[in-house]
Amino acid sequence: MAEPGKNVNVSELNSVTVRFAGDSGDGIQLVGSQFANATAVAGNDLSTLPDYPAEIRAPAGTLAGVSGFQISFGDDSVLTPGNKPNVLVVMNPAALAVNLKSLDKGSVIIANSDAFAQASLAKAGYTSNPLEDGTLANYRVIGVPATKLTENTLKDSGLPPAQAQKCKNFYMLGIMFWMYGLPLGPTKEWIKTKFKKAPELAEANMKALEAGYDYAETTEIFDARFQLKKGPVAPGKYRNLTGNEAAAYALITAAKLLKKKLFYGSYPITPASEILHTLSKHRSSDVVVFQAEDEIAAMCSTVGAAFGGELAATGTSGPGLSLKIEAIGLGVITELPMVIIDVQRGGPSTGLPTKTEQSDLLQAVFGRHGECPLVVMAAASPADCFNTTLEAARIAVKYMTPVIVLSNSYLSNGSEPFRIPKLSELPKFEVAPLPAPADFKPYSRDPKTLARPWAWPGLKGYEHRIGGLEKADGSGAISYDPENHETMTRIRAEKIAGVAREIPPTRINGQAEGELLVLGWGSTYGAITSAVFEARKAGLQVSSVHLRHVWPLPPDLGALLKRFKKVLLPEENTGQLRLILRSEYLLEAIGLNKVQGQPLNSDEVLAKIKEVLGGR
Amino acid sequence: MEMEPVKLTAKDFASGLPVKWCPGCGDFAILNMMQKVFAGMGLPHEKYAVISGIGCSSRFPYYVNTYGFHSIHGRAAAVASGVKLANPDLAVWVITGDGDGLSIGGNHMMHAIRRNIGLKIVLFNNRIYALTKGQASPTTQPGTKTKSTPAGSIDYPFNPARFAVGLDCTFVARGLDNDLPGTTAILERAAKHNGTTFVEIFQKCVPFSDKEFDPLKNPETREDVILRVEHGKPLVFGKNRDKGIVFKGFKPSVVSFEPGRVPAEVAVYDETNAEMAYLLSGFTQPELPVPFGVFLSTSKPSFEELYYGQVKDVAHTREHELEALLAGPDAWEVK
Repeated sequence: MAEPGKNVNVSELNSVTVRFAGDSGDGIQLVGSQFANATAVAGNDLSTLPDYPAEIRAPAGTLAGVSGFQISFGDDSVLTPGNKPNVLVVMNPAALAVNLKSLDKGSVIIANSDAFAQASLAKAGYTSNPLEDGTLANYRVIGVPATKLTENTLKDSGLPPAQAQKCKNFYMLGIMFWMYGLPLGPTKEWIKTKFKKAPELAEANMKALEAGYDYAETTEIFDARFQLKKGPVAPGKYRNLTGNEAAAYALITAAKLLKKKLFYGSYPITPASEILHTLSKHRSSDVVVFQAEDEIAAMCSTVGAAFGGELAATGTSGPGLSLKIEAIGLGVITELPMVIIDVQRGGPSTGLPTKTEQSDLLQAVFGRHGECPLVVMAAASPADCFNTTLEAARIAVKYMTPVIVLSNSYLSNGSEPFRIPKLSELPKFEVAPLPAPADFKPYSRDPKTLARPWAWPGLKGYEHRIGGLEKADGSGAISYDPENHETMTRIRAEKIAGVAREIPPTRINGQAEGELLVLGWGSTYGAITSAVFEARKAGLQVSSVHLRHVWPLPPDLGALLKRFKKVLLPEENTGQLRLILRSEYLLEAIGLNKVQGQPLNSDEVLAKIKEVLGGR
Repeated sequence: MEMEPVKLTAKDFASGLPVKWCPGCGDFAILNMMQKVFAGMGLPHEKYAVISGIGCSSRFPYYVNTYGFHSIHGRAAAVASGVKLANPDLAVWVITGDGDGLSIGGNHMMHAIRRNIGLKIVLFNNRIYALTKGQASPTTQPGTKTKSTPAGSIDYPFNPARFAVGLDCTFVARGLDNDLPGTTAILERAAKHNGTTFVEIFQKCVPFSDKEFDPLKNPETREDVILRVEHGKPLVFGKNRDKGIVFKGFKPSVVSFEPGRVPAEVAVYDETNAEMAYLLSGFTQPELPVPFGVFLSTSKPSFEELYYGQVKDVAHTREHELEALLAGPDAWEVK
């Protein structure tokens, strides 16, 4: 398996470029400048580029009539308005047609879908609707019926519908304000002044602005602020994938390599639903997707499908993981293979559903009743969601255990080029052969892995009963024997600890010993790698290690950590891995902890590195 | 499934494990009936998956010689849905109780029925939590004194069969643990039905609800308080078969008549009529006899048929085509 990001140089982009485009009558310059103003008020550095149509009076809806406004903003010094927008807001088809060529694959397109009617499509040269016909398959498209929504918002305003519809630019602006957490106040003040003589219009525009903001909040539209910018990439075939798409394709791939069906049982939850959507697109008699009635049923049907002998998986986010926990325990005691993807978000409870965090680590590793060990892995980047999930499935089947894959909102909705692996590069998947029926015991063990045999309904001669009650070692019969319970508890723990032998030697970025090691896991990979790169360039002696396996930990990690005087552990929680390291290695790591629903960025990590090293 | 029917006996479906229900428990009778029904289906052992939740009844899978899964409280239908979708060729039976299936597992029960997924659900209704030693369950009758309701239960109970009828379950029936011919016939029909089947079986719990169904079982008096429902037959009951059910508007009532001279106004039962099933399943003592038999049997495609039907024209991706699948339509090459 490739290590995360092995062939790529990752540096974090701390700025984002947004382009508003529409007909010259759509008020694009106006909303663009209001957006710019709000980003400045919010403390961003910025640079803008208005782009008026050449012909002031070009016919409405035509390519020549498209007006644009581009702005780059961020927390660094932003010197240019950005070459290519990360987010394109289009009010009509012509605006899309004009601007699409300047978009990188994976960028976000927010479109007023109401404007994509036949007549305006034709004016822009489209024969079918690009929002629906697959033209935009490589972009993240968010269609908003903004004309109708604006009209509905203003139906009691007394404005005639045609005039009410004109407020749709403020509706779209409201959506963008929510996405980037910008304040509405300055724009509202501006509207009041601008429409001083027509208070009903001022009122309508403010209402549209607020309604758009609320729409984005309730429909949980994601921001597209955080992108990883790639350096030179390895030769091969690429496509853009989000973390959720990558995880979904990994599950399909794992099932194919196993020559089994994939069963995916899931319940909709932000930000994991894209896995469900992606797999639903590939439904076949080999990819069985089941939208269950709740998180519990999603998990239980996954356990059932694993018992049924197929590759079973589910995906969820924090609150859903909490609901699944009891049934995950059933998966542990019945020792069935399954993959559970947890796309972490800000918690506790409903918390920050669209925002990112790394705060489910302890729930994943320890959060079950009884002694209930399983394997926990974490993906480092959107494309790494593929490799990590695929490896999780391989381990699940080889060791007959549930495996939790930790992703998060940052990875799941961020995208990056994914190098499509060749069949020959993919790992081997094996199901241990069953003994003859006469020798079959449901809880016998493979001497090396301690995995029990997997026999599923339909196989003649292997009929057996399993369940949540403690099993007798070997026979699998119900056992209340005190000694047996301790034996089984220890075997389950030993089996999971043994998964450590699957972990390749830990790769150290930089020297193998020294002053400072920055240790990370999961989605902080880009920020840490980039910060360490900068720190070393500045002459600081610092190395980094990034963990894919968080439980069990790599067997060489304890010794490796001791070779550094200090260990810095950046996490998007209050120090969950730090707690584990302390208990495992009696190691006092220095935490860099951010719990704001926002990813750690490289500047923050770099500043902490400098602080820890005493400004050297 | 085109294969030779396998000849097996009820004994072949005994797992050989000692059965650990209390002496006199109604579950023994149900186990015997089920083993007989399994043997009569012509399917080999390995084609059965028997899935249960938690409770006395949920010990059931250990006692049948098939694949079995004793899962967690309330979740049998959800686990079984995964088994059935993974392998629709299996005969998947769900064994549950009134607490397991209607309280903690009510949501899964409701949605399994809604989907018409091919699960054969058997709900053992003893109107009590027995494994946890006698608390009121969602079918405990009002006023019943239990450990958790010392002054008498104030919860309005579920009527399980009516619950299933209300959900448009395609097969709903009620049996009684000591009525071997009647209940066996119901289970045989359930076994052959396409889609979700819901069979409620009144079942005696010796320690906690011993007398619960006595009036329905006393050979001297029972025929006057129970109604054996048969499709296409008039709703007639009584020791002397001298009473019948008449619907005036939507209101059922009992009429008496000379034995053998059933008046035309006595309703003829139609098990394909969900409205009639709704009225019938609500019959309770003392006004009306307690009905047993198949209340509802209708036909619509099962969830698994719809699922696999919907995807049957989707080309499978074979292993060597993985690269193309992963590339999608828009991959680009970096040299």
